[in-house]
Amino acid sequence: MTLSMMKTIISSSPFLRSGLSTPRIMWEVVITLVPVVGMAAWVFGISALLMTLVCVLACWMAERIFLPPAPGASVLGDGSAVITGILLALCLPPGFPFWMAFLGGFVAIALGKAMWGGLGHNVFNPALLGRAFLQAAFPGAITTWSAPATSFFALRGSNLALPFLKGESVDAMTGATPLSAMKFTHQAADWQDLLIGQVSGSLGETSGGLFLLLGLYLAWRGLINWRIPVGMIATVGLFSGILYWIDPAHYAPPQFMILAGGLMLGAVYMATDLVSSPLTHKGIWIYAVGIGILVVMIRVWGGLPEGVMYAILLMNAVTPLINRALPTRVYGHASPTS
Amino acid sequence: MRAGQQTTDIGSVLTFPHGVHPPEYKELSCTRPIERVPFVDEYTLPLGQHIGAPSRPVVRVGQVVRRGELIAEPVGFVSVGLHSPVDGTVTAIELVDHQNGQLVEGIRIRTDRFSPQVFPPREAINPSTLTRDELIRGIQMAGIVGMGGAAFPAHVKFSLKPDQSVRILMLNGCECEPFLTCDHRVMLEQAEALLDGTMILAGFLHPERIAIAVEANKADAIKVLRQEVARQGIPVEVIPLEVKYPQGAEKMMISAILGEEVPSGKLPIDVGAMVSNVGTAVAISEYFRTGKPLMERVVTVSGTALARPTNVLVPIGTPMQAVVDFCGGITHPEPRILLGGPMMGMVQKNLDVPVMKGTSGILVLTDREVVDPVTYSCIRCGRCVDACPIFLNPARLGLLARKGLWLEMEEQHVMDCFECGSCSFICPSAIPLVQSFRVAKGLLREKKIREQTNQ
Ligand code: SF4
Ligand code: SF4
Repeated sequence: MTLSMMKTIISSSPFLRSGLSTPRIMWEVVITLVPVVGMAAWVFGISALLMTLVCVLACWMAERIFLPPAPGASVLGDGSAVITGILLALCLPPGFPFWMAFLGGFVAIALGKAMWGGLGHNVFNPALLGRAFLQAAFPGAITTWSAPATSFFALRGSNLALPFLKGESVDAMTGATPLSAMKFTHQAADWQDLLIGQVSGSLGETSGGLFLLLGLYLAWRGLINWRIPVGMIATVGLFSGILYWIDPAHYAPPQFMILAGGLMLGAVYMATDLVSSPLTHKGIWIYAVGIGILVVMIRVWGGLPEGVMYAILLMNAVTPLINRALPTRVYGHASPTS
Repeated sequence: MRAGQQTTDIGSVLTFPHGVHPPEYKELSCTRPIERVPFVDEYTLPLGQHIGAPSRPVVRVGQVVRRGELIAEPVGFVSVGLHSPVDGTVTAIELVDHQNGQLVEGIRIRTDRFSPQVFPPREAINPSTLTRDELIRGIQMAGIVGMGGAAFPAHVKFSLKPDQSVRILMLNGCECEPFLTCDHRVMLEQAEALLDGTMILAGFLHPERIAIAVEANKADAIKVLRQEVARQGIPVEVIPLEVKYPQGAEKMMISAILGEEVPSGKLPIDVGAMVSNVGTAVAISEYFRTGKPLMERVVTVSGTALARPTNVLVPIGTPMQAVVDFCGGITHPEPRILLGGPMMGMVQKNLDVPVMKGTSGILVLTDREVVDPVTYSCIRCGRCVDACPIFLNPARLGLLARKGLWLEMEEQHVMDCFECGSCSFICPSAIPLVQSFRVAKGLLREKKIREQTNQ
């Protein structure tokens, strides 16, 4: 664009702006994540706080290195890297070595965001990309679940493992997650326990009830598109409900499927990532239902106990296609254009 | 497509899909009755105050003119008359400053200080004795234009082609632009003239329905109009619409009231809708009842950096500085001055330009309301998609504009964008969306003209 074009652009209407700016949206989301981290700390002890700190630091550092802030923007950044860091920490097991977590955070921003051209240009949710990287790099450590902490300050020995030492010191108090118990021994946890969060799992795979409340708040503030959690949860409930109805001995009840694992975290915070979800309402519905179906399919028929991460990443990959291919009708035109 | 019906004490409220809710700022001036700005020493009247051909002067320098006298006549059909706002003397016919920053031909008139400045009364014309052509000619000679801001000659709009008929005559009292309250005050204070003008129009447009659309934040005006309708016993509906921007756009009013869309590239009349601003109807009534042409108008003068926000009746040609001074002057060292509303209006640097027929508001704001925000990249939040009243995809258009892909933008119907600014208002990343669409539309129009002349 030429200079004179830029001039006409700057000095022309509208002169009013809505109060909700991009950094404001991001930081408000960060604030809603505080109780989630608090809950994780309450259930899993101080490791949860340290893990969050490590991941946020890693993301922030990667952001500073690869993505210089917009002119006039604050040094703290637009808040999106902080969200990525917290979300990544929330999908790691409590005994996960910090150095791996740091690496994961760094990779999340470097490969999940900076490589694409920065905020708004990435196709995948960076936190989930970081998590997928860790899953591939350290399959052992990331599936080592520890039971809720016995005392707040009890740091897990494995947290402080040194880089690249062989013979991972596996936490003695390994507890099976509800989903893996379901998958491999067909034991469904009590759904009330899942609702309040007294189960073992990733840091954020705790209280379904808390995510429900936060989701309502985020939707009311307009920070997330309510259609995504609603579409996802309804699909998972319906799909697993049908399976349960066909064969209750073999399949988990729908309330278990909804509350167990990372579904609530994924539905409220991961799938709703603005950048990697579709633009239009119609597209959003397709995306949400798609994730729901994939979650159930992976959990029930796939080789993994949990499928939320891959389900969201897969639908992230489809999002550009949804955005481009979904026909929309412009006012005053009879037929839709794509 | 009648979204968002709700019930209040003024009845159910209709609206259109999408749109935004900017802060209203109407409380600054909506309770202030219309005040007359005193006469000043000199008036400047650019000949091109309206869309179409500028008027042609019919006076000489040095000639004495009376208040309301024709000083320039229409040139061709899409053009209107221009009248002296005062008793005085023509001092110059020369290049004068226009609001758009250009120098254009205009007439300067020095006020006769000793004149009482009364409008010479003239016998009322009974509009029902006139033919349609005489009425159209009258509205043209009276210099009446759409008072909502675009200043399109009113008589052109009211001239129907033989195959056109009016299903609904809609009076637009939505006033959805923040800050502006002049239509609100006109509806409250001039309800009788407004309805009279409406019925004059109805007398030759023969609409099946007559409606006045008012946004629900003007409940007092809705009540006053309903009382006046009942008193006069005329078949006019007063329809409350939801407070939402851009409710006052013709297409959005038609969506709300008729539940229909105007096909792309067509006019409201093609679906049988004739929309006119409430101020225009008042001007029509005044002309036929008293002979008074359009030589003054109601303007909202408001803003957070103005000492005394209010609504004023200003003779056309008054320097804006005089109007601002009448309203107590500017209270901020670095004001941002806008003409019209903040959503579709324009920046005005120079207050020495005159008030014109299309001037609906003079706003004096600060950098608190008019911000130059930091721009971030598009976060694909979809807010602009949910805002656009004509269902465009501003996010995608913005991306194409950045790359200069004008032809792709045309394919994505950028030419349908009517520049309401909702997308830019809502965008959290402060991307200049509508601003770049304006550029694209201009370039595409130029290209089309070039292609046509090359053939
Ligand atoms: S694209 Fe045009 S019509 Fe749509 S919201 Fe933006 S300015 Fe208004
Ligand atoms: S509102 Fe702005 S940031 Fe959001 S999708 Fe539209 S252009 Fe992108």
